[in-house]
Amino acid sequence: MSQETTIKEHLETHVTDHDHDHDHGHHDHHQSFISKYIFSTDHKTIAKQFLVTGIIWAIVGGGLSVLFRIQLGYPDADLSWMKPLLGKWITPEGHIAPEFYNALITMHGTILVFFVLTAGLSGTFSNYLIPLMIGARDMASGFINMLSYWFFFLSSVVMAVSFFLATGPASGGWTAYPPLNALPAAASGSVAGVDYWLVSIVLFIVSVLLGGLNYITTVINLRTRGMKMFRLPLPIWAFFLTAVIGLLSFPVLLSAGVLLLFDRNLGTSFYLDQIYIGGEALANAGGSPILYQHLFWFLGHPEVYIIILPAMGIASEVLSVHSRKPIFGYTAMIYSLLAIAVLSFIVWAHHMFMTGMNPFIGSIFVIFTLIIAVPSAVKVFNWLTTLWRGNIKLTPPMMFAIGFVSLFISGGVTGIFLGNSSIDVELHDTYFVVAHFHLVMGVAAFFGMFAGIYHWFPKMFGRHMNNTLSYIHFWGTIVCAYLIFFPMHWEYMLPRRYPTHAGFDTFGMFAQLNEFITIAAMASFAFQLIFVFNFFYSIWYGRKLKEQNPYHATTLEWTTPIRPGHGNWPGDIPEVHRWAYDYSKHGRDFIPQTEPLSQYEIEHGEHGDEMDSDVIAHENDDHQS
Amino acid sequence: MSQSISHKRFIIHPYKFNMWLAIVAMIMMFAAFTSAYVVKKADFRYWVDVPFPQMFTFSTITILLSSVFMHLSLVTFRRNQVSLHRLFMLLTLVAGTSFLAMQIMGWQELYDNGIKLNGNVAGSFLYVISGAHFLHVAGGVIGLLVFSVFAFTRFRNPVDTLVENIHPYKQIGLELMATYWHFVDVLWLYLFFFLQYS
Repeated sequence: MSQETTIKEHLETHVTDHDHDHDHGHHDHHQSFISKYIFSTDHKTIAKQFLVTGIIWAIVGGGLSVLFRIQLGYPDADLSWMKPLLGKWITPEGHIAPEFYNALITMHGTILVFFVLTAGLSGTFSNYLIPLMIGARDMASGFINMLSYWFFFLSSVVMAVSFFLATGPASGGWTAYPPLNALPAAASGSVAGVDYWLVSIVLFIVSVLLGGLNYITTVINLRTRGMKMFRLPLPIWAFFLTAVIGLLSFPVLLSAGVLLLFDRNLGTSFYLDQIYIGGEALANAGGSPILYQHLFWFLGHPEVYIIILPAMGIASEVLSVHSRKPIFGYTAMIYSLLAIAVLSFIVWAHHMFMTGMNPFIGSIFVIFTLIIAVPSAVKVFNWLTTLWRGNIKLTPPMMFAIGFVSLFISGGVTGIFLGNSSIDVELHDTYFVVAHFHLVMGVAAFFGMFAGIYHWFPKMFGRHMNNTLSYIHFWGTIVCAYLIFFPMHWEYMLPRRYPTHAGFDTFGMFAQLNEFITIAAMASFAFQLIFVFNFFYSIWYGRKLKEQNPYHATTLEWTTPIRPGHGNWPGDIPEVHRWAYDYSKHGRDFIPQTEPLSQYEIEHGEHGDEMDSDVIAHENDDHQS
Repeated sequence: MSQSISHKRFIIHPYKFNMWLAIVAMIMMFAAFTSAYVVKKADFRYWVDVPFPQMFTFSTITILLSSVFMHLSLVTFRRNQVSLHRLFMLLTLVAGTSFLAMQIMGWQELYDNGIKLNGNVAGSFLYVISGAHFLHVAGGVIGLLVFSVFAFTRFRNPVDTLVENIHPYKQIGLELMATYWHFVDVLWLYLFFFLQYS
């Protein structure tokens, strides 16, 4: 047996070290700065690269929203003081130029959806947690994993450069619908901005796919002995399904983007038909802009689950650990994740109720959309019942996980309204929609991400973050998030994407509300800066982590040394004997996954006779002695 | 020992699994292209039938042949038949490169028949879909080039040969190459029939 183990370990070492044969067999080797921190193949370093890049993009993307909120909240104010930053995009009257306002919202959406909540969230935590939680030395291919980050980096550079184009970055919405985004004459952002946008997104898709391959393969192939699929911690299930969804949907966006690039640059007519621009008829005929919408939303809808599933997984883990209770309905949690993943592919046309689609087809999409409420509700009930009578520790990650549940409920409820085509006809493209998706997948996913960062920060950097600042960050963010997005529900007739509503008498009543929302948005942004400071300060100057397992958690990442090297475990990889949620079992606070079942113990999910109290008492004696 | 579960790892090599997943992603990409094609074709107001290039029939035969060569080169590699392996590797490379050349000739044929990239959307689809496939094959040809070079540099003496052939982790590279190459072959077969008869 031990020999077999050694061979397996050897093989495993071999696999993970395949890309850097120079350091066979020993993991604590000396590396140069470049191979350790820049072109690293260590999943932990790559995760941190994703995280830091994601944080930088979040500051940029959030900052853009502050700029356009100022324009919305104070449509008559003189914003000339923004000139040093925005230059010619401030009109002589001191307003943000309408075309640049469009660029701001486009970039805000693109950056947050793709760069922050896909790469920054899934990229960070899938990379960091999958090998650590399943008991693997690294990803299936460290090299592909490294490429995944660097494609993301390239994509980021292209997107960043597009801000400095004379004609401005892409301004046709994060969905890049043609013909607005297909014709340079249609908008200033469409001159060159959209080309940069498309190239950046193509690179980004490559990054997501390379990462996703690894996540799936690693979860399927590299689990340690005893780590059955139904013993996996829930974040791993979430990351796994997220990667599957990404693998199936992102290539479709690639196709859509390629066809759009052809339409823009090579005169094809995939999406263009019978267009007059500037009084001239274009030669393009035979295309269909609706085709683009179908292709786009075939990715676009699964994309929102790519964003929210990792947050759900992280919240499940954090809620369980910090209420010292097993997650309620572990199997139901997995099946509901699976159900959401499957349903995510058959609801895309609910973004297209207004395209003149056949109402009967629309009603099918309505039904599937509403069915998503079922697995979502299963998850919410399970989170709440996990909290119920738990020994709750209100640590910062726990606060954010509870905040996540709160925001997910608040935002999810309005999804029921919007999923109905007849109501969506009224609410389409209004601030009601903005409020809905920001709560349910924007801020909620951010809360999941924050819960993850606060929870695993000690594991990542061997230091704690400052608790006081963390609480300030939490309360500031949740209060501001609700102050921003709750009032937006009242603006259910205010159209989105207007730089100013000042010219419309009907909308005059929202002027003060808009100002209020803007103030909350600015405050919210300021609170995020507290987090950024806390994060970077604590990396170097935080309180040192002294304990290997500070939360008394059961999962494998806490069995590694405080600062794990490349390869994660200095000795053999631990073997797993039980599921990840044995908290408060048989009078013990927690039982690590590595501990074998005792003689009288029944594993979670296996049906045995009810244990009588004698046996439990016996168990307690065993462990207390 | 209490080790009740003998965990079956490495039933399939992780790199192979990665390759299969990558193939799934590529299938999704071409599924998107071809479903867009179907949707557009249903809109008969604008669709014109494009004369399918003859050359594509020859290129189909060529890539099928190349797949056979690829398979043989893998078989001979496993059997340690170095000179045959070299021969089949080169044949695969030549067939792969000829396929690329024939695709370009096919496009020339289309162009000569008056089908322009920026003309009717039916023609545009033909160019774009076969072009996307072309790029995938071109990537494969670069891989073939690398493995052909390996075939001539790696087996200098019998000991090397033995190590190369027996070590499972050295075999994996060529196996991945073969899997990918058969994939682009089957993909082209699908596109070949789809574009003519859908």
